[in-house]
Amino acid sequence: MSEKKILVDVQELRTYFPIQGGVVRKTIGHVHAVEDVSFQIREQETFGLVGESGCGKSTTGRTLLRLIQPTAGRVLFDGVDLSALSKEEMRKKRRDMQLVFQDPYASLNPRMTVRRLLEEPLVTHFTLTQGELEEKVSWIAQAVGLAPEQLERYPHQFSGGQRQRISIARALVTKPRFVVADEPVSALDVSIQAQILNLLMGLQQELKLSYLFISHDLNVVRHISDRVGVMYLGRLVESGPTEEVYLRPVHPYTQALLSAIPKRDPSQEKQRIHLEGDVPSPADPPKGCAFHDRCPRCMDICRQQVPPETEPEPGHRVRCHLVQGA
Amino acid sequence: MEHLLEMRDLSIDLYRGKRTLPVKLVEGVDLSIGKKRSFGVVGESGCGKSITCSSIMGLLSFPLSVGKGSSIRFACSDGQEVEITSLSPAGLRKLRGKEISMIFQEPMTALDPMYTIEAQIAEALSFHTAMTKGEMHDAALEMLRKVKIPRPDQILKDYPHHLSGGMLQRVMIAIALINNPRLLIADEPTTALDVTIQAQILDLMNELREGYDTSVIMITHDLGVIAETCEEVAVFYAGQVVEQASVEAIFHETAHPYTSGLLQSVTSLDSAQKELYTIRGAVPTAGNFSPGCRFADRCSRCMPVCKEKAPALTQVAPGHLCRCWLHAGAENMGKEEAV
Amino acid sequence: MRSLVSTLRDLWKDPMGRIGIIGIFLLIFMAVFAGQLAPYPYDGIGMKFQPPSAEHLFGTDKFGRDVFSRVLYGAGVSLEVGIIAVGIGAGFGYLLGLVAGYFEGWTDRVIMCLMDILFAFPSILLAIFISAVLGKGIGPTMVAIGIVNIPVFCRTVRAAVISAKGLEYVKNAQSVGVRTWPILVRHISPNVVAPFTVQATLALSGAILTEATLSFLGMGIQPPDPSWGSMLAEARANMARSPWTALFPLLFIVVTILVFNILGDALRDVLDPKLKV
Repeated sequence: MSEKKILVDVQELRTYFPIQGGVVRKTIGHVHAVEDVSFQIREQETFGLVGESGCGKSTTGRTLLRLIQPTAGRVLFDGVDLSALSKEEMRKKRRDMQLVFQDPYASLNPRMTVRRLLEEPLVTHFTLTQGELEEKVSWIAQAVGLAPEQLERYPHQFSGGQRQRISIARALVTKPRFVVADEPVSALDVSIQAQILNLLMGLQQELKLSYLFISHDLNVVRHISDRVGVMYLGRLVESGPTEEVYLRPVHPYTQALLSAIPKRDPSQEKQRIHLEGDVPSPADPPKGCAFHDRCPRCMDICRQQVPPETEPEPGHRVRCHLVQGA
Repeated sequence: MEHLLEMRDLSIDLYRGKRTLPVKLVEGVDLSIGKKRSFGVVGESGCGKSITCSSIMGLLSFPLSVGKGSSIRFACSDGQEVEITSLSPAGLRKLRGKEISMIFQEPMTALDPMYTIEAQIAEALSFHTAMTKGEMHDAALEMLRKVKIPRPDQILKDYPHHLSGGMLQRVMIAIALINNPRLLIADEPTTALDVTIQAQILDLMNELREGYDTSVIMITHDLGVIAETCEEVAVFYAGQVVEQASVEAIFHETAHPYTSGLLQSVTSLDSAQKELYTIRGAVPTAGNFSPGCRFADRCSRCMPVCKEKAPALTQVAPGHLCRCWLHAGAENMGKEEAV
Repeated sequence: MRSLVSTLRDLWKDPMGRIGIIGIFLLIFMAVFAGQLAPYPYDGIGMKFQPPSAEHLFGTDKFGRDVFSRVLYGAGVSLEVGIIAVGIGAGFGYLLGLVAGYFEGWTDRVIMCLMDILFAFPSILLAIFISAVLGKGIGPTMVAIGIVNIPVFCRTVRAAVISAKGLEYVKNAQSVGVRTWPILVRHISPNVVAPFTVQATLALSGAILTEATLSFLGMGIQPPDPSWGSMLAEARANMARSPWTALFPLLFIVVTILVFNILGDALRDVLDPKLKV
């Protein structure tokens, strides 16, 4: 699977948000939302990003699309450094890289019909005749499972699952190569989630897409991803091929996270790794390893030094002092 | 009464206008909850699971109301039996907090931001006991220790916004349990929390159940939470119970096609298949239920009879109820193949 | 944006909208054809303090002028002052609010600081001050009321733009790559329309009242030009003796304000399809 070409290369990405205080709005600190994150997404592959709320996975996704300006680091898209592009060049680039939002209720303009919602990206990026426009709209509508007569309706006339189909159609109508899906099924009912996941996987085959799939649901991420990255407090603590990470997690946080998922089998033995306390504030992260104050296997060195990235198995990368050099 | 709670033919009406007939959001629900049991109520959004449990607390208010002929009987700690649907507001107040208490999905909004944690625990205590301030302080401290809150003496002085979601949910549990209620209703208590925090809270609830004589009703959409915490489960679909059984039977001898669809369509860590099983279509909304089985047009095993007549909740095995035509004649037709 | 025709068609389907449209149409009709409709010239003098009769539909005032004719002419003056003054205030306010709200940063701070200074003066005093500088008469009155209205519109528009910028679908449009101008027009402006229309109706009635106050104080419309405001002011002294001289201009002021409010509400319903089932 490593034969495929790298499409998105994230290098040492950092996103800090200033904290302003006082009367004169002086910057008094920074929220380290994304801290030194590197990973690669290959063509036609899905990279899953998991982590708990506030770990910076959504910010990573949006920084990657330059909807948020990175503080440092680079994102190479098909070899092109996105941060070096001008605003207008970046805007044109968006045709190849799109975002699917979590909340299909809020992310569709309620005043536009489905047809107009699907036409907008096309009109923005291409010069098309009316006939071509209609053809492309009906093609994508069919691809996501919307009936032709539904095109004239408004978003509020659809159920949650149907709206997410509209969102996906809007993101894919320009035939992008890369899509960031930010918790696309979290707002949906269980029986609807499966429909949308199947749709996303089918479209990936059909349109040769690469996904960055962001979710807090470890089961969903395992199902859809070829590779996963686990984030904690803005840092990517572990990444690698999905089965490798799920079956042989190395980082104590990944191990705890996986053991915390409720098992859907009442007779199964429960062996849970307990994590004490809460996630620290990203405005004031602990020194050394960010996880050290909750880690069941914390050592002295963890409190002082940020662990370097090691590669215990090819493609499986971990940031933990327990793993000794590669 | 042998059970703690007996719900008979419960229906809940939604009034849309003064002259129009109410819409039945919930219909024909019979549930019995034993003493010291943990009972799971599972279903998708809008299936009626939350309002059913709110009716136990007498928390329904206009435009919602409990329908005619419904009965909810509850065995109080003093040995008396009460009919909740006919209780006065004063009678309900005596019940709430003391006999039955509830925890909610959003602990942040369920606590008053203007008062300290201690004041809020003391408030819950003062309704039902006559304690001095010092005793209340000690009781609150003791309770926070039981829900494993670190630095409890410090936390007592804090306001809700100082605490994280997980800590607040612990405080909510402390407030709910402080009067040693006979029944605790937990409405999606971990849905708003992260997985590792959810694990902490679920473990805590399981542990606490050992030390208290409290029965728990766990309302959730997550079958994993059910599997980890409950002994008995009722599956709700479109305002009805479609299947009810012990937790083992629900997961291993699933009878209703909806339950089996739910079990298959959730992605599980153990599944290797790439294409997920899906239940087609969307959940019907109240008022648009079909006259036959409400699941019929989404069901993969739908038969002609399903569209015409509504199936009844029948016993398919001892203690295992199912509302499905596939099992309607199970006793006569011998063993039906497992779904 | 929706086309004006389809907006009007939907407005007509709504009973309240229909009342609003008919009301506004009647007012404009009165104003435009005052010369043809009025039985007397607005400054024609006759018998003083005549009660309403077939000859003088609304009676006559202290100079013996026909109140009905003056009310008809006054509709023109009031509407003219109101619409042009609100136009000035709304136009500048919209532009400043849009710029302040969308670009934020120092542009926003400078604009809002100016608006706050303007806002800090009691509006009547400010109007009197501007009238005193620019002179009396209809033109300066309109400019004065217009300037007084700028900060209100600016704030309304800025607040609507800022809240619309936070909407997920505006972010969605940015992520799709839509240019700034279409985002402003297609996704942000519709959110401004509703508060803007409501503000405009309120400002219209407010402008008519401010004009009346200015005229009453001798700073606004000068006699013998008829405006409902100045008629009301003139009638004040003889209220007990001839209530009709005050009653009819007052009635028209109230009805006009009511009509604008009804129309504004109906328009908001039409422009917000979420309320449609």
